[in-house]
Amino acid sequence: MARFLPAQEFQSASSPIQLLPLRFERTGTGRYLVSNIVGEFFSLSGDEFERLVELQLAPGDELYEKAYASHVITRAGQTAQLQLLATRLRSRMAFLREPSALHLFVVTLRCEHSCPYCQVSRQSSDRSRFDMSEESAQRALAIALQSPAPSIKIEFQGGEPLLNFPLIAKIVEAAKIEGPRAGKELQFVIASNLALLNDDILAFCKANSILLSTSLDGPADLHNKNRPRPGGNSYELAVKGIKRAQQVLGKDRVGALMTTTERSLDRAEEIIDEYLTLGLDGIFLRPLSPYGFAVKTKQVQKYDAKRWLDFYRHGLRYILDLNRSGTPFVEFYTATVLARMLTDRPTGYVDLRSPAGIGLGALVYNYDGRVFASDEGRMLAEMDDDTFVLGNVADATYRSLVTSDKLIELVGASLSQCAPECHGCVYESHCGADPVYHHATQHDPVGIKPLSGFCARQKGVMETVIDLLHSSPEDAAILRRWGTA
Amino acid sequence: MTVPLPLRGAITDVRGFSDTSRWHVIRTRSPSGGPPPHDADAALIRTSEDVDAAIASGFTSGVIVGGAVDAASVSPNALRDLMVLPSRCDYLADGDVLGFHASSRHYRTLYRRSSTHNSFLVTERCNHYCLMCSQPPRDVDDGWIMDEIKAALPLVDPATKVLGFTGGEPLLDWQSFIGVLEACSDLLPSTAVHVLTNGRGFARREVVSAWADVRHPSLTAGIPIYAAVDHVHDYVVQSHGAFDETVLGVLKLKDRGQRVEIRVVLHAITAPRIVETCRWLARNLPFVDHVALMGLENTGFALANAGVLWIDPLDYRENLAEGVDVLATAGVAVSVYNLPRCVLARSTWPFAAQSISDWKNGYLEQCDRCVERPRCSGFFTTGRPRHSRAIAPILATAS
Repeated sequence: MARFLPAQEFQSASSPIQLLPLRFERTGTGRYLVSNIVGEFFSLSGDEFERLVELQLAPGDELYEKAYASHVITRAGQTAQLQLLATRLRSRMAFLREPSALHLFVVTLRCEHSCPYCQVSRQSSDRSRFDMSEESAQRALAIALQSPAPSIKIEFQGGEPLLNFPLIAKIVEAAKIEGPRAGKELQFVIASNLALLNDDILAFCKANSILLSTSLDGPADLHNKNRPRPGGNSYELAVKGIKRAQQVLGKDRVGALMTTTERSLDRAEEIIDEYLTLGLDGIFLRPLSPYGFAVKTKQVQKYDAKRWLDFYRHGLRYILDLNRSGTPFVEFYTATVLARMLTDRPTGYVDLRSPAGIGLGALVYNYDGRVFASDEGRMLAEMDDDTFVLGNVADATYRSLVTSDKLIELVGASLSQCAPECHGCVYESHCGADPVYHHATQHDPVGIKPLSGFCARQKGVMETVIDLLHSSPEDAAILRRWGTA
Repeated sequence: MTVPLPLRGAITDVRGFSDTSRWHVIRTRSPSGGPPPHDADAALIRTSEDVDAAIASGFTSGVIVGGAVDAASVSPNALRDLMVLPSRCDYLADGDVLGFHASSRHYRTLYRRSSTHNSFLVTERCNHYCLMCSQPPRDVDDGWIMDEIKAALPLVDPATKVLGFTGGEPLLDWQSFIGVLEACSDLLPSTAVHVLTNGRGFARREVVSAWADVRHPSLTAGIPIYAAVDHVHDYVVQSHGAFDETVLGVLKLKDRGQRVEIRVVLHAITAPRIVETCRWLARNLPFVDHVALMGLENTGFALANAGVLWIDPLDYRENLAEGVDVLATAGVAVSVYNLPRCVLARSTWPFAAQSISDWKNGYLEQCDRCVERPRCSGFFTTGRPRHSRAIAPILATAS
């Protein structure tokens, strides 16, 4: 029998240790949070971190083992470490293989609500000027069907899109004929306040498997203050609409979104309870965006990232406690961040990706025929800023829009992988480029990140999540389920 | 305890079988089952009535088991080729396949139709020398085994659910082994095939291509990865550079859409790192088809290396539970093999398989009182079983 070699024989391997790309951040306690190139986190003491970057580590000292298992070191001549990272990075970026899966049709800018925080600058009159024409709609559909994604989602937006329901019906009917011809699977969503929902519309939604997405800001007094309409009954109509839609279409066929105003900040529990009562399975604690009336009426200035983060943390704590006591409920934004942290599945969520989702993730066909790189881009245009106009349905093709110099420049300039402040950020793998936000707030697609509310919120959310994952096993178990669901 | 079947041993007597210098493969058949469909069929004879039945059915070969029939009393004109096996081979039944060498008078049972765990040893040669190897490799020229397998495959019942191939390292002579897989694909298309390999061969493009090109309908490579760290895995398998090639091999197999099972044997080197290993598997190889976390079989090299390998499973119970949870949460199919339920955390029970082989499933006297016994893996009946201090009957089902 040949002799067995001792462990030391394999620890003293001949080829040199090499550092692989890593990002890091000093955390409060003199420790370092380190992430590898695919965003897997681990924590090191100051001393360990210095030894890592100086390669003063050796098999058997447990720092080597931690660094090796986390893919921040390899041995010269080895290929598996790099191949694993390459495979995982490719998987994370796979959303690029199915570009422009989301197509938003702004069928009208008119709305019967008059929300002071309206980010799209709704209009109250003049059907001829603010409704999309049938011709524009047909052209937009043709462009949407030219996009390479095998499965595309068509979302009807407004204004209040139900004010132009006949056009929605025409687009759906046409898409159902032309989609299969173009080899596309189709999904339809109507983003509506549901005030104008009726049985005919519901029957149409049911017959065509259309999803409904609505706004619900919380309890009646809060919702109705945020969302005024004649009669002051926005809340009552939204709740009635949600219940009717749940009955007719099914529980999972209607979702709601909330918008955080200053009035919401100390009412997280009540807002969440409102969603629970309606049998909704989760909530997106969404901050106000700096567009449209939200800027004009100074709504957006009323709270900063820090106050929103306090609200978010408070809400998340409440949701986790609900889960702990046996009520499953999800904070959807956290779940998206977790999916990116805990898996390498490609999440093409348009606000949380780099290359940015503008154009490559979504195209917006405005009521006036102009095509925008994102929903926020058309919001800016209502504020007389045409930066994100890519063309007009009258003469554009999918290719002309997506390969336009304008889009390529905006996407190229904003890559978080190489943007200042972002490229070295420990959270980069889980974040995204938001050129529209930074253009709107700092007149630059990249922006100075320490001044960016987007950056502050992102870092705050991720810090919160990582802290829970590392220091609270019971919460971590819940969060892991969200991330891998 | 269950006694393992004597699947190899000495032939009591033999005559005929024209070429005595080479190995033969025969299939044992019921003597009264009508004319033998294959040249390799031999009547299974236990009584003198069986002799008459075999002759009447048209057999020219026979296998006598036990001492009830005297071979000399059977006319060579009636049964030309005759072999006598000791009575401990009484388990042989209709449809079983034997390999034997007439001049050295050695037999091996290659396939038992009634077993759900048939496995062919492909070679005793290996490019690893694992500290806990249960089938210690030998550097011998045993290329004939592959030919024997190819001769045996046409005799295997096509209704067989699964066939295993093991070694040694089956891919050392990969071209010949691919021939075996092709034969499986042709002859036994509805039989799943499970190959235990160290996976290093798949780091080479031509090996992965040949494997994938077999287009077997249900072929799995069971590949060990013992740690998330190069030197730990290399130490366990006693080979420099093994980790790098094995991981690369797994990636290439999955890139070609092949089924892969990752196998981790738990012992004092691997078990303390099992959480790290499972985390690593969940993050880096979540696309593998199955992960098997396996208790150590205390036999072969494991006996010689007990000093560095032995750990009471009780001492890694919590780590194992966490590792299983990490994999399950990540959506990776995971099973725990070879560990009795009394040494596992209750959260691990749903993942604990009842048994994987014939030579496991032995139980201790105290197991008689255990309510979990019908669902328990029991113990290895081979080697020198060493028991956890946690072993105790479970007297009531978990609430």
